Amino acid sequence: MEQLATIFIRSVFVENLALAFFLGMCTFLAVSKQIKTAIGLGAAVILVEGITVPVNNLIYTYFLQDGALAWAGLGHLDFSYLGLISYIGVIAAVVQILEMILNRYFPALYNALGIFLPLLTVNCAILGASLFMVQRDYNFVESAAYGLGVGVGWALALITLAGLREKMKYSDIPEGLQGLGIVFVTAGLLSMAFLSITALEF
Amino acid sequence: MMRARQALLNPLIDENPVTLHILGICSAVAISNSLYSALVMSVALTSVLVFSNVVISMIRRHLPSSVRIIVQMTIIASGVIVVDELLRAFAPEIAQTLSVFVGLIITNCIVLGRAEAFATQHGVALSFLDAIGNGLGFSLILISVAIIRELLGTGSLLDVGIFKPVSEGGWFEPNAFFMLPPSAFFIIGGIIWAVRSWKKEQVESPEFEPISVAELESD
Repeated sequence: MEQLATIFIRSVFVENLALAFFLGMCTFLAVSKQIKTAIGLGAAVILVEGITVPVNNLIYTYFLQDGALAWAGLGHLDFSYLGLISYIGVIAAVVQILEMILNRYFPALYNALGIFLPLLTVNCAILGASLFMVQRDYNFVESAAYGLGVGVGWALALITLAGLREKMKYSDIPEGLQGLGIVFVTAGLLSMAFLSITALEF
Repeated sequence: MMRARQALLNPLIDENPVTLHILGICSAVAISNSLYSALVMSVALTSVLVFSNVVISMIRRHLPSSVRIIVQMTIIASGVIVVDELLRAFAPEIAQTLSVFVGLIITNCIVLGRAEAFATQHGVALSFLDAIGNGLGFSLILISVAIIRELLGTGSLLDVGIFKPVSEGGWFEPNAFFMLPPSAFFIIGGIIWAVRSWKKEQVESPEFEPISVAELESD
């Protein structure tokens, strides 16, 4: 239990996907203009990460890993090179199914998430989390904790940046730095702040 | 001829995928702390981009638009798997350093972005040139950031000493901050600032126009 909490907290703060590994940057910088949309996107990311990472873990353990097909009497096969294409397939499928379920049963949430849901397929934070999960050999429960953790961490970073940008709207910024330039600098400062957390031991 | 030139040269500065369209930033910042990995990444990304653009442009007339994204993702993912396996076979050390970032070329928005915005509407030859141009535009930013970071962070480039560090009796004090992730944000921010001061038309209009004093007084 304690180990799961460690994985969760590490992935939220120390190994924050957005600010320490720069994953999902495109969406991170493009969709952080308003806190409201940032919260919607953050919720979508938590949901999708929390589902895809454990599902990909199951696929890796029971289909792709070296000798994983032993349950079907095909223990000599190693399909791990098909990893990338399977993970992205799973992610695309989960996002699609989620979209349909939300549309049918939770229309309010579906409308709030809007365009962000389909876009999550090509968000590198989602695929990155699955790849890290495989690289670190998490088991099923650990990967669930990890998936939720990275989702929360990414959402936290996004909402913080959106808050900063809303305040900065009124500042007098040099011409060439307006828009994208100043967002990069802000994200850099935010990333430095998160770096200081790495000094803590978990 | 004119269009071919545009497809090849525009993405370098005028329509750079990184500094103007905010595409493909993940890998531009994540692995830019050493010049060698930046070079390998540039080659890997450009080859995937060329492969996907050419293939998608070839099948563009036979592709129903309702399933195009998933077909494009499959094509891109196949290209990335080939690059990944090649790197693991012939350059295992660099594959180790790049770790998940080779796989993440799949979700690099430049690849899907060019497939959607260019390859689905243009012929094979033009798409090929567009892919090369965008690959070079991305490489240009990635390599410049990597040169700044490695030079100031360690005092050497590709293991060749440029500035002699203090620890070896020289004068240069390596700045460890440049090896840390946040420095890449500041460097790219600076590059954007420089490019936009030169090319004024790329400047974004401010979200909030302050009311001038004269206007206030006239009320």
